[in-house]
Amino acid sequence: VNVLVFAEHRGDRVAPGCLGLLGKAAHLAAGTGTVGAVLAGAGGLEALVPEVGAHGADRVHLAEDDALGAPLPQPRVDVLEAVVETGGYDTVLFSNSVLAADVAAGLAARMEAGLNWDLVDLFGRDGRLVGHRLALGDSVLVEVGWRSAVQLALVRAGSFEPVRVAGGDGPEVAAVPVRLSPHSVAARVIEQRPTPDEGPALEDADVVVSGGMGLGGPEHFSLAEDLARVLGGVVGATRAAVYAGWYPHSAQVGQTGKTVAPSLYVALGVSGAVQHKVGMQRAKVVVAVNTDPNAPIFEFSDLAVVGDVHTVVPQLVALLERKRRS
Amino acid sequence: MKVAVCVKHVPDGRVRLDPGSTRLDRSGSGDLNAMDLYALEEALRVKGDTDGEVVAVSMGPPAAAESLRSALALGADRAVLVSDPQLAGADLVTTSTVLAAVLEREQPDLVLFGQQSADGAGALLWAAVAEHLRRPAISQATALTLDDGTARVTRQSELGDEVVETSLPAVVAVTDAINEPRYASLRGMMAAKRKPLEQLSAADLGIDTGAGPDGGSQTEVLALGAPPGRPDAIRVDDETKAAQVIADFLAERGLL
Repeated sequence: VNVLVFAEHRGDRVAPGCLGLLGKAAHLAAGTGTVGAVLAGAGGLEALVPEVGAHGADRVHLAEDDALGAPLPQPRVDVLEAVVETGGYDTVLFSNSVLAADVAAGLAARMEAGLNWDLVDLFGRDGRLVGHRLALGDSVLVEVGWRSAVQLALVRAGSFEPVRVAGGDGPEVAAVPVRLSPHSVAARVIEQRPTPDEGPALEDADVVVSGGMGLGGPEHFSLAEDLARVLGGVVGATRAAVYAGWYPHSAQVGQTGKTVAPSLYVALGVSGAVQHKVGMQRAKVVVAVNTDPNAPIFEFSDLAVVGDVHTVVPQLVALLERKRRS
Repeated sequence: MKVAVCVKHVPDGRVRLDPGSTRLDRSGSGDLNAMDLYALEEALRVKGDTDGEVVAVSMGPPAAAESLRSALALGADRAVLVSDPQLAGADLVTTSTVLAAVLEREQPDLVLFGQQSADGAGALLWAAVAEHLRRPAISQATALTLDDGTARVTRQSELGDEVVETSLPAVVAVTDAINEPRYASLRGMMAAKRKPLEQLSAADLGIDTGAGPDGGSQTEVLALGAPPGRPDAIRVDDETKAAQVIADFLAERGLL
């Protein structure tokens, strides 16, 4: 198999999820084919090649065009279609993000190619590609396959740890002739309001304490802040809480926010919607406190506490402070 | 301004997969997918007082007509349902082909989608439909304004907000931050009974499903199993002891 990875980058950094996919691609292609990576942007992509090569790409396709400067999906569908066809790829892997999901679905329609999404694992069996998907709030493990000649897989971000491979001569670099369809360049970004980046604190934190709508109001985020302080952690928030204006967007954990992988994740008044879960499922230990005994968050918690955060958290903070002093 | 809204009929309550067919069990009662209410609300807002039209479009089992009636009760003018046993088990490629065929017939200025479905949760369909139509697509919309054949969309991504502009016709997928959906009124429900609801088969749209199983799907379900999960989960129901249990648990795991 020849496996292509859609390598998404932000500034001078390739998304860690994509680097992890390169390692998985190398496993799938081992001894039978090559691993390619596509980088698309307005320019300056050459600088990212060593990083992509170090994680398993044999060949790196660079697509540079002004229309690829903005993070819009449709021009990238044109690029991927061209690379798949000319490069002889039969499998394309995507690490889930707002951009990658739209690109993968567009490519599926363009190439009439099967797309399996929300995958947590991929492997070969009897010469066929098989995917594992957790469905219905992670209550069922679904084994999925493909019928199409080109197989597309959208993998949950962070499913595979990035691993550096022993260096060779570096990957082969190929420039992609960029030809864009009229409908692919109809949409234009006229303004960007980037989320102020307050450093990688949340993504790199060893302890994250997140608050959701169950806190009951913005003033109760102090509960999350107090607990984060005694645990030496950082505060996160659900999308609903961010949309309600209770906490800044930079603290949002989930599909349209940040992906975290701390040793400890404490969820306070968080229901556990799928879009939140994809941002925190790599946490090693999850503790959840929620008044609703049927909250989905409990299905992926190590310690599930049915109770009111307003009662439990102050007691816990006091207890931990006493412990610390003694 | 003619607006088409793509909606889905999703099973009520706890969704299950049928172990026999390995498909989602759609035999029980269902409802209009909650996220689609935001798309419908936005369509009604866009149409406003103009002499435009809002068409609700769906593909699903015959019972999906109930959800389309709900859309009509909320204010949609017409509804189109593609229901065909041949399409059961349809994947992204097949579903997007079918919806695109309906939209080709309808020729709307704007196509709206909700953020994701409560059951499949793929959040992918709009991009595939737009590609079939060869129209621009913008997802994760938290605001939408239309002006003289141009749509201006605020799009939320991991990077922050982007304002994206495109010519119409276009496909836009909205989030639940875009508006506050209305509730159906009794008058709306009465009126819905008299509004047109067209039912189509795949053949009516000129779509040949005979090529393969699951309506020509390019993906397949091989097996169902139990998730790996977190097997040693501990549950605490006594709130008065909760703080102590958490503190002990954290100490035990070396997390303090």
